[in-house]
Amino acid sequence: MPDTALDEPVRRFLEILGPGSVITDPVRLRTYECDGLTHHRTSPGVVVLPETAEQVAAIVRVCARHGVPFVARGAGTGLSGGALPRTDGVLVVTSRMRRILSIDLPNRLAVVEPGVTNLAITEAVREQGYYYAPDPSSQQVCSIGGNVAENSGGAHCLKYGFTVNHVLALEIVTPDGDLVELSHTDPGYDLLGAFVGSEGTLGITTKVTVRLTRAPQAVTTLLAAFDDVESGGRAVSAIIGGGILPAAIEMMDALAIEAAEAAVACSYPEGAGAVLIVELDGPSPEVAHQFAEVRRICEENGAFELRVAADPAERAAVWKGRKSAFAAVGRISPAYIVQDGVVPRTALPEVLADIERISGEHGIRVANVFHAGDGNLHPLVLFDDDEPGAAERAELVSGRILDLCVEHGGSITGEHGVGIDKSRYMTKMFSEDDLATMQLVRCAFDPEGLSNPGKVFPTPRLCGEAPGVRRGAHPLVESGQAEQF
Amino acid sequence: METPFEALRGTGVPVEPAAPGDAPRWVAYPGTTAEVAALMRVSAEHDLAVVPSGAGTKLAWGNPPERCDLLLRTGRLTSLEHSPGDLVVRVSAGLPVGTLASFPGVAQELALDDPLGAGTVGGTLATAVAGPRRFRYGTARDLLIGVTVVLADGTVATSGGRVVKNVAGYDLGKLLCGSYGTLGVVTEAVFRLHPVAPERRWITVEPDSLAALDGLVAALAASQAEPSAVEVDWPGTGSAPVVAALVEGTAAGERAAAVRELAGGHPARVRDEAPGWWNTLPGDPGGVLCELRLPPAEVGRTLREVTACGPVRVRGSAASGVLWAAPPPDVLPAFVSAVRDRLGGRLVVLAAPYDAIEGIDRWGPVGALPLMRRVKERFDPDRRLSPGRFAGGI
Repeated sequence: MPDTALDEPVRRFLEILGPGSVITDPVRLRTYECDGLTHHRTSPGVVVLPETAEQVAAIVRVCARHGVPFVARGAGTGLSGGALPRTDGVLVVTSRMRRILSIDLPNRLAVVEPGVTNLAITEAVREQGYYYAPDPSSQQVCSIGGNVAENSGGAHCLKYGFTVNHVLALEIVTPDGDLVELSHTDPGYDLLGAFVGSEGTLGITTKVTVRLTRAPQAVTTLLAAFDDVESGGRAVSAIIGGGILPAAIEMMDALAIEAAEAAVACSYPEGAGAVLIVELDGPSPEVAHQFAEVRRICEENGAFELRVAADPAERAAVWKGRKSAFAAVGRISPAYIVQDGVVPRTALPEVLADIERISGEHGIRVANVFHAGDGNLHPLVLFDDDEPGAAERAELVSGRILDLCVEHGGSITGEHGVGIDKSRYMTKMFSEDDLATMQLVRCAFDPEGLSNPGKVFPTPRLCGEAPGVRRGAHPLVESGQAEQF
Repeated sequence: METPFEALRGTGVPVEPAAPGDAPRWVAYPGTTAEVAALMRVSAEHDLAVVPSGAGTKLAWGNPPERCDLLLRTGRLTSLEHSPGDLVVRVSAGLPVGTLASFPGVAQELALDDPLGAGTVGGTLATAVAGPRRFRYGTARDLLIGVTVVLADGTVATSGGRVVKNVAGYDLGKLLCGSYGTLGVVTEAVFRLHPVAPERRWITVEPDSLAALDGLVAALAASQAEPSAVEVDWPGTGSAPVVAALVEGTAAGERAAAVRELAGGHPARVRDEAPGWWNTLPGDPGGVLCELRLPPAEVGRTLREVTACGPVRVRGSAASGVLWAAPPPDVLPAFVSAVRDRLGGRLVVLAAPYDAIEGIDRWGPVGALPLMRRVKERFDPDRRLSPGRFAGGI
């Protein structure tokens, strides 16, 4: 049953965009019913495909006037349901806004539209010796606008930081439909920093100025095989404790290796209970020195095989198993949940042991893939969805893992975001006062709560009138046409 | 009826009357977040305007607050909890940033330079001030991973946490960076740390003219020897600038030699120590201090253009496009107008003698000001936190 409240907004969208950019056909709408978190599905009320910032602003103004909620969507690769649409709302898809507007190497920056893919930025400047540093594993398809919303990281954020550390300015459409620039050169509140990672709840990004990073002189990737996760973990601690900051340190346990072998035949050392991938980059003499150190540390901690990738082809072979890991578990399990939690790195051994125990208690297998350098776990909770009760037990195990993260002073999400998936866990990590204070920011940007409502925060809240702004009674109240309760 | 002073005293926190003639009526010295919250609750009940202050090194920055009943000194907020294995530190706002430059028994540091030398954690966050190594490590906002803040009504809120990788909820810490005490009182911060570089070298280059500056800075900044900082010091009209780059880490000597090769024939040398002006502010205490933000590739051109204004000493992070400038008071109006109007750069007059700032908008145009105002209205609806210190009456 179509929502008639959208009739007038749809007429306005057709005027703004033309018929080729407004989708109302129920069959075509289903293309957009979920993002990368596929077990949450909702058909949007209407999909719009703007090509300019002004069109986005005009669309949002229509939404504001009619009180219609809107959700922004880039490539739809998000893993927390941040771009899950609403049947009563508008899905603003930025996939037609994919121009690289300018590249300014003397100032080491690029200005791009939000639909440009993460990797496209790097590809545009690679030959000149630059790249865009954040590298989420979906970087071939994910959009920079989505990266801004989620504050995306990637394997290399251990050394290089997240999206928020690489965005210099944004043009956004506020939830009232104004185009505003948030720039790192503005004095005052760091609204740019607050907007990045706000998961679409503060407005829609229409232009992104990113910092370009000089390509490192040398890159060396090392694969070390250990008997078990504990020895690999000790090596990680010794590397970091030794004052080395690798570009990436990734670990996979036996089950994750088994899955990767089944899926992509990555030929990791046979019999490994854990593999560690350590990538070092930087000036050649520094990398050479650190490589010798890392090698020594791995050997001292029981690595029984070490492989070194010195060129891009060999490096790709080492990374192949790691990068395929999420999808690969499909080979060893009919269904799985990808979890994303963070613990202080020193708590890793204890938490991994706890995960193993919980897994055993519930008869649910858990494959572990993680960014070991920063304690970001990606447990893959495996289950058979044909088995009665298995999905519920998997969900329980997955939730218990997040509890462990919070109990150890970590976070319920390191990079996938809260979205719709984890909003109910926010109260485990934050107090009522913490959440109410975050809500002040939300109300400043979006007092009507129209921008991606229902995401991030556990319970919908009303903003009320902006405190401090003493306005008179509502005109309708004053004229006796309405009463306020 | 209890007087405000009695009520403040009633919290148990040391509170004293300020010296006669001082702007605040009382000065409080809280030692914990809970004590700050108690003071803020009393201040809310009695409609007192509160100005937080650390070491006071930047108290003169920004507009003078429109009113100030209570000066909240953070000097007793000094706890520190270091987790060396996780490379993080949790600190109270009153500790000097310099305290975090080294830790006993382990080679770790907060990679944040404080050009004022004695600034506290809270003051550094509130003013978003940073030094040379911003080029590599960013500023406080990039190193801050968690924050505890007390709001105007006494609410205590935290965001972030104790892990570097964390995208749960809004990052209130970012919002507070650069807030000049107008949103809340930061009482605790959690920072990520970095390993201390085993070796450091400075490469100084003396180009013969400002015309050579941009090419030189660009070449040093793009070096794959990866300098952590590329700074410039320009004593003003008629003199040549000095450029200095810092290389830190393993094989610093070898890498510094590679950087020196990029000097393009200008006199250059590698030193074990920083130049005397490194990580310091230009000008005299009590004088004019401005912060300029420009595209890095336009630093040289900007300096050439402002030469006509008169003598202006300029120093700062050329490769990041963030510079400090200290024009004499009589040159200030022409300098501000040249940078903002003719060159399109951002300029903030951080500090200036009262008579010199007359008629000058300290902050200049701020594009996102309406949004900032809305944030302020939500956080501090009664305008009791450092009212008027920031732009547009915030």
